[in-house]
Amino acid sequence: MSQIEEVTLDGMSHLVSDRALKGETMLLNMGPQHPSTHGVLRLLLELDGETVVNAIPDIGFLHTGIEKNMEAKTYQKAEVMTDRMDYLNTTGNNLAYCLAIEKLVGLDVPERAQTLRVLLAELQRLASHLVWLGTSALDLAAMSDFMYCFREREMIMDIYELISGQRMMTTYIRPGGVWRDVPVEFETAVRELLKIMPRRIDEYESLLTKNPLFIDRTAGIGKISAEDAVNWGLTGACLRGSGVYYDIRKFAPYSGYEQYDFEVPLRTEGDVRARYLVRVAEMRQSVRIIQQALDKLPMGPVRSSNYKFVPPPRSEIGTSMEALIHHFKLWTEGFNAPAGSVYVAVESPKGEQGVFLEGNGGPKPWRIHFRNPSFDNLQALPVLAKGFLVADLVAIIGSIDIVLGDVDR
Amino acid sequence: MGLEQKLGNMGVVTTRLEDLVNWSRTNAMWPMLFGLACCAIEMMSAQAANYDMSRFGMELMRASPRQSDLMIVAGRVSRKMAPVLRRLYDQMPDPKWVISMGDCASCGGVFNNYAVVQGVDEVVPVDVYVAGCPPRPEALIHGVITLHEKVRRERMKDWA
Repeated sequence: MSQIEEVTLDGMSHLVSDRALKGETMLLNMGPQHPSTHGVLRLLLELDGETVVNAIPDIGFLHTGIEKNMEAKTYQKAEVMTDRMDYLNTTGNNLAYCLAIEKLVGLDVPERAQTLRVLLAELQRLASHLVWLGTSALDLAAMSDFMYCFREREMIMDIYELISGQRMMTTYIRPGGVWRDVPVEFETAVRELLKIMPRRIDEYESLLTKNPLFIDRTAGIGKISAEDAVNWGLTGACLRGSGVYYDIRKFAPYSGYEQYDFEVPLRTEGDVRARYLVRVAEMRQSVRIIQQALDKLPMGPVRSSNYKFVPPPRSEIGTSMEALIHHFKLWTEGFNAPAGSVYVAVESPKGEQGVFLEGNGGPKPWRIHFRNPSFDNLQALPVLAKGFLVADLVAIIGSIDIVLGDVDR
Repeated sequence: MGLEQKLGNMGVVTTRLEDLVNWSRTNAMWPMLFGLACCAIEMMSAQAANYDMSRFGMELMRASPRQSDLMIVAGRVSRKMAPVLRRLYDQMPDPKWVISMGDCASCGGVFNNYAVVQGVDEVVPVDVYVAGCPPRPEALIHGVITLHEKVRRERMKDWA
């Protein structure tokens, strides 16, 4: 076990300004155990009085070795790892990974599974934004929003439990489709959520959007220009809050997103409040997409019938020798994907969730790498925080919506 | 027996000191706000409206280890985090308890690799293990109640 290293000021001279070495500015440690860093993020703050001169993120406290571990598992079995990266967007991670496999081996996905994927990805976006809204409002001392958001999140978790038996780590989306068809109660449960959700979003907004205290804490704080946002590789609401119209669902549609009618919310201010408004507007758009997906949900199979890559239905195993062989082969040695590399990106609640997958003809990924939005968004934190107060830093960290599992993986 | 009933009428209750202390410890056990990974989200759910851990006197999550009695290790512990976790545990005042929440904290879970400590009991002594990946909020509450039962059984002669 490694020990906590005692670092001297000289040891940090490459990180901090000359003023810190002369003792003009103060160095302060924030985290990794801090209620407002949304996990185990450590920040080294250089402060001039209460003003942040520099904020240097120290990451890796949640490094789990997911990429390396996935290389030791077959394509299907590695999927459970993707859930545990960005644990607020489990379905979205599954989707990105499955799309990469499908692109690599050339699998088709039935229409019903496509619609279900979109529906579930949007439900997950709603759930993720609810956690973000609750916790970042809590950081600014708004306790009620936290309680309200988690009340609705429980409804979404109940829907996930209904379809998969698990609340968070569902691994419901599988290569070639989804795990199995949704039960009949699914539609009623989602419709109930859709019925109450718009009014509930109004309720959250009524507590925050025009609240003078909230405006004071967020407007003009953590500003980043559109140019900087692009240069720092921001994606998701952080980018759209700065006025850059970029959403992968619109620009490179996957899973049939082009069939849905929705808008991409934009703000031009680029501050904490803009990012807040973009995300709240996104929640409304997600409700719209879920509504459309549920209305058009076609009947039919939910998994590809290409049994070289997708396990055959359980019912066929008893009667078909072929099916039994496929089942046995898929769950023992897995399927062989062709050599080659693919990159697939989806729009996760936090930004561009990319998967780079390289196969070498065997049953295991030769190399897999994730482009996680939280990681890329976090690197802009020093730019965002510079010149603001320590108290604002809390609002800024909340507004870029990082999940440390996504940063460190 | 007769004496105790009479004393009750007079507004006096007699009990053993250790029972009284244990009772007070279980009913105001402040957990440390210490979320590591996925389980922290379920821990937050347990705090929120639907599951409401304040029913057990535990709504007050303290961010400082100096003010907390219970460490809920919610999530996987990486090798970089382990020394920090130990330091936080050492900073907690006695008496202190640890709940290992979830498979990763209990035994490494699905992550049997170079980065993850295979069970937080390698670093700190654990009182209650809660299984699940992640455990449901009910499972965490069950773990908390199990810990309360354990605390109620503690005897004065074992106190350090």
